Amino acid sequence: MSVSAKNIDRGDIVGARQHRHGRWAIYLFLIIVCLVQLVPFWLAICQSTKPSSDMSSTLVPRLTNIQWSNFTQAVTEGGILRAILNSVIITLGATVLTCVIGAMAAYPLARRPTRGNKFVSSFILALMMIPPLSILVPLYTFLVRIGGVNSYWGPILVLATSNLPLAIFLYTAFIRSIPSSIDEAGMMDGAGPMRIFFTLILPLLKPVTATVVIMTGVGVWNEYALSSYLLTDQSMQTIAPRVASFFAAQSSNLGVGAAAALMAALPIIIAYMFLQRYFIAGMVAGAEK
Amino acid sequence: MARQQSTGQQSTGRPHAWASRFHGAKINLFYVPALILLIIFLVYPLISGFMISLTSWDGYNPQRLFVGVTNYGTLFRDANFRMTLVNTLIYGVGSTIIQQILGLALALMLNQKIKGRTLMRAIIYLPALVSAVIMGTMYYFIFQYQQGALNTILVALGLDRVVWFQNPHNAVLIIVLVNSFQFVGTSMIIYLAGLQGMDRSVVEAASLDGATGWKMFINITLPMLMPAFTTSVVLNLIGGLKLFDVIKVLTGGGPGYSTNSVSTYISIQYFDNQNAGYAAAMGVVLFLIIALVTTLLNKGLDKLNWQS
Repeated sequence: MSVSAKNIDRGDIVGARQHRHGRWAIYLFLIIVCLVQLVPFWLAICQSTKPSSDMSSTLVPRLTNIQWSNFTQAVTEGGILRAILNSVIITLGATVLTCVIGAMAAYPLARRPTRGNKFVSSFILALMMIPPLSILVPLYTFLVRIGGVNSYWGPILVLATSNLPLAIFLYTAFIRSIPSSIDEAGMMDGAGPMRIFFTLILPLLKPVTATVVIMTGVGVWNEYALSSYLLTDQSMQTIAPRVASFFAAQSSNLGVGAAAALMAALPIIIAYMFLQRYFIAGMVAGAEK
Repeated sequence: MARQQSTGQQSTGRPHAWASRFHGAKINLFYVPALILLIIFLVYPLISGFMISLTSWDGYNPQRLFVGVTNYGTLFRDANFRMTLVNTLIYGVGSTIIQQILGLALALMLNQKIKGRTLMRAIIYLPALVSAVIMGTMYYFIFQYQQGALNTILVALGLDRVVWFQNPHNAVLIIVLVNSFQFVGTSMIIYLAGLQGMDRSVVEAASLDGATGWKMFINITLPMLMPAFTTSVVLNLIGGLKLFDVIKVLTGGGPGYSTNSVSTYISIQYFDNQNAGYAAAMGVVLFLIIALVTTLLNKGLDKLNWQS
């Protein structure tokens, strides 16, 4: 221990000059990357504060006499607030459905690992490989037939289902780590599987539920490919398709498009600021399936 | 019903052996709702899509004419489809390479004790959280012709404006870059998690043996990051092969069909050209490509993990 400490100390002294240069280069590089990541937001802010008649540079925002008209127009004509409400409804619906149905499905798959159930598990996992656009034609046709286009329940069911495999996988892994003695205690008290699951197991699933909520919530909130075809009615559209169609319609008026994009990005940025730790933990857990 | 003995079933998972004695087969009812949803909204469309791909259906007519595998034959003679296939591979592989190099570099830098690293991590990850469509709209302000940032700078320097999306090669490159930068934070976070999960004792032992700098990185850090590498590559490659949102916002697949991915080309053939049968055939091909890549990648990278 003391030897290694000495080694590290000496290494620091020997490499001190080189080290300092390296540190500057690292800082410079990191700051450039951060700026690159912020540029789109900056440009959107610049555009959104100007009327389309303003021909001044688009690289600096207006600081005085800011034109809020772009924002009001995005709300009145673009229906951005309505779209945010639609996104809240569909995201909530899909997320709750994914969590409840996913956790329930995971219970027997974790607790009763028969050969049949193992097959069911790997079957569900394999469904994760289906890209949404590969089933666009049949899915759209089917939803038109059952009246699920331009409804809330259609996209809720579709998007909950596409998030189910990952949710079931995460819940199964988590339930396996819960000692079976908890179920056993419930049995002793004469509780059936329903009661054991809902009163004993479900309350223990909070950490993994946080992960599933973030994965599903962010995914559904941002979903565009399917939503843009399932929701074509302006009053039913969620934010991603709404901003895209509004932006396409307002191609000559960049300021309004920028205002709409900023307002659409804001809810998730605010959520991220407050729940950063959970977002990152959820992302990592979801990726390392 | 819980006390019902379940006989004749195998229970292999050791710690749960007792549980299967208590939980009868009826407990399997718990996954029935999930299976119903998955079958209705994933499995049925997949099968129905294959059936539609064997017809010349336009998407509206109640009559669907069976044409066998004609659509698949047309597919491989369609120069536009070949181009979208190449684009899809460029989007997938290009983004994956950029994101691994940049993501790993950022993770290594931000794993050190640097002032403001929490803020920098948050900033770099931020675009990955915003919908690709909305980010795409904002990235558009960099490349827009009249008021875009790049052309504003060119004009200020006394140069002519450039139509950034006019040349298909440029347009494809811009889409790869935009997609890579938007999601580079995801790779960075995965590598950071890998670095933080590294076994300290191995690192210390190596430094006792005199390993420093590059030697340490190549022989110790890199092999220990292999699981993170696998995760990140699979995630980025599949994300790139499925690319849809950014293309729709930045170029709409144009000029002509030159920047389409298979995903966007499917939507164009279905909704714009009323070729539902043909679009469904492309959907089947897209599914096969993703399934094949995922399976091969998982197998190949597992082997790599095993060897290191």
